[in-house]
Amino acid sequence: MSLADGARGDLKLTGLHKRYPNGFVAVESLDLVIPQGSFFALLGPSGCGKTTTLRMVAGLEEATKGSIHIGDEDITYAKPYKRPVNTVFQNYALFPHLTIAENVAFGPKRRGAKDPTDQVKEILALTELTEQAAKKPAQLSGGQQQRVALARALINRPDVLLLDEPLGALDLKLRRAMQVELKRIQEEVGLTFVHVTHDQEEAMTMADTVAVMNKGRIEQMGAPYDLYTNPQTTFVANFLGRSNLIKAKVVGREGTGDDAVVKVDMHGTVATIKASKVHTSSDEGWVGIRPEKVLIQPEGQSIDAPGAALSGAVVVDASYIGVSTDYTLRMPWGQEITCFEQNTGRRGGLIPVGTKVDVSWRPEFAFLLDSAQDVEAGLEED
Amino acid sequence: MITRVGSWIGKHLMLTLGILVLLYMYIPNFIVALMSFNDSSQSRNLYQFQSFTWDNWLNPCEPQGMCESLRVSISIGLLATLVATIIGTLAAFALVRHRFEGRSTMNLVLFLPMATPEIVMGSSLLALFVAAGFGGQLGFWTVLIAHIMFCISFVVVTVRSRLAGLDSNLEKAASDLYANEWQTFWRITFPLVFPGILSAALLAFSLSFDDFIITNLNSGTTVTFPMFVWGAAQRGVPMQVNVIGTLMFLLALGIVIGGELLSRRRARGKAAAL
Repeated sequence: MSLADGARGDLKLTGLHKRYPNGFVAVESLDLVIPQGSFFALLGPSGCGKTTTLRMVAGLEEATKGSIHIGDEDITYAKPYKRPVNTVFQNYALFPHLTIAENVAFGPKRRGAKDPTDQVKEILALTELTEQAAKKPAQLSGGQQQRVALARALINRPDVLLLDEPLGALDLKLRRAMQVELKRIQEEVGLTFVHVTHDQEEAMTMADTVAVMNKGRIEQMGAPYDLYTNPQTTFVANFLGRSNLIKAKVVGREGTGDDAVVKVDMHGTVATIKASKVHTSSDEGWVGIRPEKVLIQPEGQSIDAPGAALSGAVVVDASYIGVSTDYTLRMPWGQEITCFEQNTGRRGGLIPVGTKVDVSWRPEFAFLLDSAQDVEAGLEED
Repeated sequence: MITRVGSWIGKHLMLTLGILVLLYMYIPNFIVALMSFNDSSQSRNLYQFQSFTWDNWLNPCEPQGMCESLRVSISIGLLATLVATIIGTLAAFALVRHRFEGRSTMNLVLFLPMATPEIVMGSSLLALFVAAGFGGQLGFWTVLIAHIMFCISFVVVTVRSRLAGLDSNLEKAASDLYANEWQTFWRITFPLVFPGILSAALLAFSLSFDDFIITNLNSGTTVTFPMFVWGAAQRGVPMQVNVIGTLMFLLALGIVIGGELLSRRRARGKAAAL
């Protein structure tokens, strides 16, 4: 079933700014277009302004400057109950004195629906809550309450559905199951979902487009794959997954078009990086490489990667996780880098701590970031 | 035998203690109920059970002035409850929901009457009424004013604690779900705070109905039920007082049991409805 018929269009935030009376700027002139029907995630650490943004769209906070449009309609200063927007609250905020069916029927009744029973039944079936209709919220499990909060918002067919850390209160297993569930429901109903979370895995699993927010600004926005493989700032590189960042000097630029590369010198070893993954114009930078892209071999054995290898690294820790092994390596210049190796069985055991290893990676996986940025940005969270 | 009883008590210590405490709390009520069937006409000793009779129940208003005093007490109680509950509830909303200049002072000022000894409050009210020129008109209205005054504090405290425990996100959720301010209040806030308002009202009524010290100082020639009982006790309390006492106890019991049954039936009825 599609609930999106008659939806009014994209959600547009223009120069949206929020400054609290105490002077704290939560959101700094945000420009954002969220296409109709997309599953959009605002990802960032606590205090980055993502929830404030959401609340401004819902009408629970008033913008200091800027505007919010849905299609052509300006809703910047509309009362919350006059916006075609519904919210799934972090702790669900279910009405404890009403049954599940009454909770779900609350929105339609306020909008003048005489008998929303059929609508309620339909939405309860979609969220697999038919059996719970007559119960009170307190009688339901966390996962069921979460679905009620979703049903209560969805039944109104809002132009935009806002989800504020919707899975934050659930345990890991249930959270995984609900991620799949939410995605399924979004695809089924076709409404615009704007999902706020600090959990990068959650954002990447569900959203078509992820915007990484930091200190009231959007650091980078794109499909999960693009964000992960080609982060543009150290914050994104560290906050979204993990990254090894190695100081390097730019020593040359070669080629044109798709073949253009930048040559960098990392503590004496020269490597190439695709120009499309270079995000600095200075002649210094951070070479970034994801831990699972790092290949290692005991010294002298060949590595399955073209180009130069960094030699002289020593294994200082090896943690066997099951599917993979996490190695911590100390590089000759003292820095520690991380390497995740898939346990395919080819190696037939772990590389013992203390072993000297060579390190390399496929050049297309590396990226180059501005050396002026804080190498530890985005790390403070978990 | 004795050791067996001892070990049984040991095993059921909590239960035993609980029963003893309950007995301690309810014995006066049983005595009152019992005495309401006492035929006191043959004896001068009013505090001893003589023989069983229905007379007290059949003619409850026989003692002169008793039912009149009861009527006064109930009228004052209902009016004081109504006014104090409205003012106190509004004050509680203001204190919990709004940040304003002097809020913490207000909290303190509202709390003080509860901590003030009744005799102090009663005599200062009397001084106030007399100074304001109402010395000759002491009676129903001055008692009512006094009762409203001390009931407000209790209402504020009761409603405030209920309101403070209410998740403010519920109101935000309601407004997100197309309820305007008016609908949000009547459909979400009020039903959730109502149990607090109801218990505040019951508390206010029993405080008002019960009050002797403040009332006695400010009542002029008006006689409330507690004053009647106190006055009658000098000569010997008529047995009908026990009838009224038993009725009041049954009424309170009925309200509590009724409320409990209602909430259970509502929960079950809704489960069966769908």
